[in-house]
Amino acid sequence: MTAMATAGDVGRASGRRERVAARLQQGGALVVVVVVTLVASLLFGGRFASVDNLLGILEASSFLGIVAVGMTFVIIGGGIDLSVGSLLALSAVLAAFGSQFGSVVAVALPLGVCGLIGLVNGLLIARARLAPFIVTLATLLFARGLAFAVSDEGNTIFRIDPDQAVIALGQGSIAGIRIPILLAGLAFVAGWVVLNRARYGTAVAAIGGNEEAARLMGLPIARVKAAMYVTSGLLAGLAGLLVAARSSSGQSTIGVGLELQAIAAVVIGGTLLTGGFGSIAGTLAGVLLLNVINNVINQVGTLSSYFQQVVSGVFLIVVVLVQRYLTREQRL
Amino acid sequence: MTTAAPAAVVLDVREVSKHFAGVLALDRVSMELRPGEVHALVGENGAGKSTLIKVLTGVHQPDEGEVRYGGEPVSFARPLDAQAAGIATIYQEVNLVPLLSVARNLLLGREPTNALGLIDQRRMNRIARETLAPYGIDVDVRRPLRQLGLGIQQMVAIARAIAADHRVVIMDEPTSSLEPREVERLMQVVDRLRRDGVAVVYVSHRLDEVFRLCDRVTVLRDGRRVHSGPVAEITRLELVSKMLGRDLADVARARTRFNEHSTDRAAEPVLRASDLTRRHVLDHVSVEIRAGEVIGLAGLLGSGRTETVKAIYGVLPLDSGAVEVGGGRVRAGSPRSAIAAGVALIPEDRKAEGIIPTLSVRDNIVLAALPRLSQAGFTSDRRQDAVVERLMSRLRIKASSPDQRVGELSGGNQQKVLLARMLCLDPRVLLLDDPTRGIDVGAKAEIQALISELADQGMGVLLISSELEEVVEGSDRVVVLRDGAVVGELRGDEATEDGVMALIAAAARETGQTELIDETAASPDGPDDGD
Amino acid sequence: MTATETAPAAQAPGRRRLLDLVAENGVYVGLLLLIAFNLLFTRRFGEIDNIRLQFVQVVPVAIIALGMALVIGTRGIDLSVGSVMAIASALLALYLGYGPVVAIAVALLGGAVVGLVNGVLVSVAGVQPIVATLALLVGGRGLALVLARGRLTEVFDPTLATIGSARVFEVPIVVLIALAVAVVIGILVSRTTFGRYLVAIGGNAEASVLAGVPVRRTLLTVYILCAALAALAGVIQTARLSASDPSFVGNLIELSAITAVVVGGTPLSGGRIRIMGTLAGAMLMQLIAATLITHNLPDSATRMVQAVIIVAAVLIQRQRGAA
Repeated sequence: MTAMATAGDVGRASGRRERVAARLQQGGALVVVVVVTLVASLLFGGRFASVDNLLGILEASSFLGIVAVGMTFVIIGGGIDLSVGSLLALSAVLAAFGSQFGSVVAVALPLGVCGLIGLVNGLLIARARLAPFIVTLATLLFARGLAFAVSDEGNTIFRIDPDQAVIALGQGSIAGIRIPILLAGLAFVAGWVVLNRARYGTAVAAIGGNEEAARLMGLPIARVKAAMYVTSGLLAGLAGLLVAARSSSGQSTIGVGLELQAIAAVVIGGTLLTGGFGSIAGTLAGVLLLNVINNVINQVGTLSSYFQQVVSGVFLIVVVLVQRYLTREQRL
Repeated sequence: MTTAAPAAVVLDVREVSKHFAGVLALDRVSMELRPGEVHALVGENGAGKSTLIKVLTGVHQPDEGEVRYGGEPVSFARPLDAQAAGIATIYQEVNLVPLLSVARNLLLGREPTNALGLIDQRRMNRIARETLAPYGIDVDVRRPLRQLGLGIQQMVAIARAIAADHRVVIMDEPTSSLEPREVERLMQVVDRLRRDGVAVVYVSHRLDEVFRLCDRVTVLRDGRRVHSGPVAEITRLELVSKMLGRDLADVARARTRFNEHSTDRAAEPVLRASDLTRRHVLDHVSVEIRAGEVIGLAGLLGSGRTETVKAIYGVLPLDSGAVEVGGGRVRAGSPRSAIAAGVALIPEDRKAEGIIPTLSVRDNIVLAALPRLSQAGFTSDRRQDAVVERLMSRLRIKASSPDQRVGELSGGNQQKVLLARMLCLDPRVLLLDDPTRGIDVGAKAEIQALISELADQGMGVLLISSELEEVVEGSDRVVVLRDGAVVGELRGDEATEDGVMALIAAAARETGQTELIDETAASPDGPDDGD
Repeated sequence: MTATETAPAAQAPGRRRLLDLVAENGVYVGLLLLIAFNLLFTRRFGEIDNIRLQFVQVVPVAIIALGMALVIGTRGIDLSVGSVMAIASALLALYLGYGPVVAIAVALLGGAVVGLVNGVLVSVAGVQPIVATLALLVGGRGLALVLARGRLTEVFDPTLATIGSARVFEVPIVVLIALAVAVVIGILVSRTTFGRYLVAIGGNAEASVLAGVPVRRTLLTVYILCAALAALAGVIQTARLSASDPSFVGNLIELSAITAVVVGGTPLSGGRIRIMGTLAGAMLMQLIAATLITHNLPDSATRMVQAVIIVAAVLIQRQRGAA
């Protein structure tokens, strides 16, 4: 009872501060992206601010972006999905492997398998009530193992025949813009609409925000949760498919640590890692930020590209501390 | 179902019993609920209120007896079934999603959609505003719920829970965390529900609210119904005595009478807590405890008794106030400094705050005293075993061995383990928050005897109990709390159950809450004026 | 109000006992079965060289799993151990010019600093352990790569070479180090106040505060300890390989360590720490990998089998908790 009273007092007293801080947190990544982009444009001029370079950044962002959309839903729903990096690799391998049997198989096989593994994640988490962290950790191992198994322990790198239609997914472009960029854009728009305008999106946020309340309100908890992980698996699969099409091959070693980048992008974008609240636009800003910084570090030349990971880590800590500060009263 | 006569009973609980692992939580409890009445459900800790509500809402299923709803026997398998049938529940903790907007919370799962199947936000917000309007709430429904006051959150929960076709609304301590102004608004809502012919179950421990708002009252104690009748026909004193009073069935149990410890009234108090204050929780509470003295802390649930001991122990942040032990000030905010000063606490919630279920009896007992039972950070089995053995036999802790996990013991034995943990510390002052709650009669008598024995050996004891009898019989002095403030102190012969109840039942005068209520409502029905 | 509802009673005691038995001893049974299988069907399994090899290979995971067990006992988790290994490895290579002792000290200290950051984030700022250590997992690996300029460095040092490959009475020094760590951690858990505090916090943090347990200090210490052990594993790995490769050393080792701990019977929900179980768990996972490889089942099968074992282990824990 006392805890409740305290929460109320704090809640009211800090209403304004909280609103300001919340806005800052949500828009922070976007502001930093814009600032970094502007500063880089001034410093490096055409080397950075050319259409080619900027499109390059977008293309590099598109694979992570697609994965991060799925991750955003999972994290808002109070979970985590560590398997996406392995799923991306598995998908790439299966796409290249399947391309021997035609483009339809090259698309259907990886998406089907990744969706299925996502479903296994979802069922173990939603039905058997295992911790998302440990379940997706297991599927991280499993999917990577499967990718290696399919590719003869990574010794076989399947090539996609340049005649295959599926190649267009990675290398084609519409109006001068590469298809992966367009598909990533589509994923973000669809993600935004679902999160903000569909019942499903609200249900995800409600479950992540207060699962008990959501249950009492009659939401189908298990189904929504399972759907989150299936979606995340499918999107990771799509990203892997695009990577394979882009590089005309499927390698089992790609995507290691991608899950961490995706989580970092999502959290930097203002989504609460504890669930219940998040923003697709923020995730987009987070993904772009990581890639812009990477690009800038490459431009500087004297800096090693590994600084990007350090920057991500520092960003993560700062963002999480801010989030902690913002949601402090909830834990009382 | 709608053909029932207006005065008919809408919800009829008949002789419902419920066991939990051998403990009888509800013992043939009955309750009738009529349309258009506000029915108070009162009782102390462990009386069975929560269990009864959970039976009504489908969280639990009764072991015996039946629940009839609209004249027909019903059995709700889960909360959603009860909700669908027209029984709405507003839980004590607001069960909404704080990070979502007001509108989304109101309409979660039934949002209006457009032709594309997407949420029609404009319509959703409009419906939300219209839903809230009758409750006198005018807020931006797009704002996240958590940015609003708890009162408004509570209203949103009510507005969400109550649809037009609901016939029963259950409110579980809805005002426990509200500001006075918000309480007032809630009362108006309840009044409106009554006018609309809804049956309201109103769980509260605030007598003012019961007498002002409710038509009938049912009192539970130890899982049994001890009273049910119109509020107009019962006095405050009678109600309090029914809630707290002597339990006839327990008279036969072994009891020790242990008043009058040899204390020197003139002696310096070993613990002096002065002017403990925290907004809306504690209001200048002062308590002094002398060596060898048992002080009873009486008051209804929510009167600030638990908060007082927590403040003394240093775990409840205070706006002002100080605690001194043996003349030295205890650092606030740290149980460790309280322990170092010789203060020990047995917390109210044995499971959440007391035992460490995964650890053995031995490890639980020595936990607080580890620094004393070890050298340079290494524990000494010999010293530990000696202490554990001594305390286990002294407190008669029944466990298969000291290595048995505490989680496997009965409630009474768990409580004894907690007592043992604190006795390891040889405290000068022992704070006991309802130490005999929910434990079997035998263990209860043993713990009561132990308290007396400890006081005889010179320990100062502050005792809280849900049972008034226990406080009065076990204490040398009784400090009475109401609404977070000390309203009286009774010593010696004055310290009777009647005396304490009179103090508790006296209509609150000084608190702002009452002023507000008095302004707006007919004067509360309080025939007795206490002291 | 719920006091009356929580009287403990083991429902379906038979099932519960079975689950207890499996959760407590499954890892030993599995280990024995696996050893028996190998003695029967794997050529040269029982030879001293092979036994030695298995022990040497399990050392880094075992050391890290011991630290991880302590953290999990407090109901926490440390994802940053792999990155800490990399940082230690990079620091070792970097400071080798000042002599092996200084280099090792710096490496261990660097690891401890990461642990300090983890600990502060968890115990002072109140960030969830998984989040706090995730940040260090990402940032730490980057830091290691920055320190090493992203390169593989060959490490030539007689002292390190001795540590990496020498034997005492036929027992490799690295195995002796791991055994020493296990003994120390075992004593820490069973014989010290610190060990008692760990499980108390994991079992019920709120009750621990009220019982006067120094929760903050204990959590801070355990994260530092876990990271220091990870750094030690990094040093050992570097010494054994005579090379420091921050992009690979310790990759995914947090998963192996967590698996070893969980399979060994320490519940992820905290409150208990099983040291022998953890060691057996690490050995079990090592032998599974070795067995599959010697029987011409590829590395990929190992991962998939490990995945299934992890899920099975947590499912058993979950069922046990529910029973």
